[in-house]
Amino acid sequence: MSSSPVAGPAPSGPASGSGTGPTGSPASDRDHGPGRRAPQIRPVSAGSRRGPRRRVARYWPQYLAISPYYVIFTVFMLFPVLYTVFLAFQKWDGIGDMHFVGFQQFRFLWDDPVFWLSVRNTLVIWVLSTVPMLCMALVLAVLVNSTKRLTAFYRVALFIPSITSLVAIAIFFGAVFSNNFGLINAVLRALHLSAVPWMSNEWTIKLVISALMTWQWTGYNAIIYLAGLQAIPSELYEAARVDGAGPVRIFRSITVPLLRPIILFTVVISTVTGMQSFTEPQVLFGSEAATNPNSGGPGQAGLTTLLYFYHQAFDNNDFGYGAAIVWAFFLFILLIVVVNWRLVQRKEPRP
Amino acid sequence: MTGVVISVFPFYWIVVMATNTSQDIYRYPPKLWFGDHLLTNVRHLFDKMAFFSSLSNTVIVAVCTTALVLFFDSLAAFAFAKYDFPAKKFLFGVLLSMYILPTQLAIIPQYEIMVQLGWLGTLKALVVPAAANAFGIFWMRQYTTSSVPDELLDAARIEGAGFFRLYWHVVLPCVRPALAFLGIYTFIAAWNDYILPLVMLVNPDRLTLQVALAQLYAGHSTDYSMVMAGVLLSVIPLVLVFTFFARGFIADATKGALR
Repeated sequence: MSSSPVAGPAPSGPASGSGTGPTGSPASDRDHGPGRRAPQIRPVSAGSRRGPRRRVARYWPQYLAISPYYVIFTVFMLFPVLYTVFLAFQKWDGIGDMHFVGFQQFRFLWDDPVFWLSVRNTLVIWVLSTVPMLCMALVLAVLVNSTKRLTAFYRVALFIPSITSLVAIAIFFGAVFSNNFGLINAVLRALHLSAVPWMSNEWTIKLVISALMTWQWTGYNAIIYLAGLQAIPSELYEAARVDGAGPVRIFRSITVPLLRPIILFTVVISTVTGMQSFTEPQVLFGSEAATNPNSGGPGQAGLTTLLYFYHQAFDNNDFGYGAAIVWAFFLFILLIVVVNWRLVQRKEPRP
Repeated sequence: MTGVVISVFPFYWIVVMATNTSQDIYRYPPKLWFGDHLLTNVRHLFDKMAFFSSLSNTVIVAVCTTALVLFFDSLAAFAFAKYDFPAKKFLFGVLLSMYILPTQLAIIPQYEIMVQLGWLGTLKALVVPAAANAFGIFWMRQYTTSSVPDELLDAARIEGAGFFRLYWHVVLPCVRPALAFLGIYTFIAAWNDYILPLVMLVNPDRLTLQVALAQLYAGHSTDYSMVMAGVLLSVIPLVLVFTFFARGFIADATKGALR
């Protein structure tokens, strides 16, 4: 198998940039920032004013090299994000004049039952997908780790769902869970059970969306856990086995505690991606107001917050309200991530 | 093993659906094995959607985005990894901290910007905003720092090579493995992107595959076999690219988690 990913070649951290500058001057690391001193080679009186500018000019190739990112970032990300803050306080349909409305959008948001419904939907779908996903991933990783054969094949097979387009997967799930003709209902009928109207019941809609996300990301998380498992020294396991620990005990007392930082990482990543579910319900149920007034499916059961945002901004052309929704939601995700982080961190193994 | 079956089963079933007629799948009990109607389904698909135009749009977007990302990110990464220049740490800090901003926060003004530039409905609206990304610069910088020997750079400098010659003749050959991962990663992301094309490509005959497929599915009386033929055709190229590079790709993709 390829080299253990933990021993990556990359020394991490943004502060490790002590590369050799073209001058090799050790001063160059210190002398930027507010308390800048003129380079010592030059007489202080002559160069103090033009010095910094000269220095910047000398580094033009470096600045030129990094400028594409900053130009693109400023124009298409930084400015728009700030502008979204501005928009959240305006009433604007995208064509006419803007009207400043202060916190009115947010007050409306606070009282908007559909917004809260969408937040609840997002949370339910996220919990229903993340919990089984991470548990199954961990079990899968332990199982694959214990077999010695075909690991390369397992990896590819487990990884493929995560690179498949969400649109393709959503269409597939839509077909398989279809009320009348879906494979799942056909199997249920074959087992002499009654068919389930998956796509019209409030809870089954959430289940289908969660199953879709679980299917897509379980293997990916399993591979991340697998990489972590391979970094655990096998002596630990042997010692535990000598002490008479069973597989469950070993799993709980060695595997899980040692994987904790990686589990934390997967929890955070799954939170951030899981809370942003949009494509799944959008493809499954569409969002165009003209054709589908119940955006998000029957009873708006699949209306996630991002789908609601898209619906308000690009179907209803209520850009101001859309901006308010997306900012409120971003702060909400941050809150969830912080709470999550705290919760998982607190599970310290007691001494 | 069950995990593998669950992972792979949908692909099998997509092929089953795409090679049978809808009637065969709707029939009870449904057909569980490949049929011979793939060509008919594909023909129906081509009647319903401009498949090749969508495909070429997707390919153009994915290839252009990938090429630009590889060039811009490796160039910026070289500057960050091997040079000191004023405000470098500040600039890199900005780059890292802005990475957490989700793209949805920017999408309404982005739409307006594209309207103003006259790019709405064109592929430029998808390629240009994606042409440089923070993750890529961070990734390439890590690799460049450790894998491009300073002695090699110094030797080339003595020969009189400047920044861009060093980049082209010394750095690029050294960072090829990292470029391979970043390239596939960017390509897959661009190929699969949905929300940005959905918003920007207002012109119905200039869609990417993902948007075109989603619209195909939206109807009420969906011909599943036809749609599945489309799904199959849209997934195959990606799965091929991926399996070809899979080993290195998976190892690199997990590195991000373990750093």
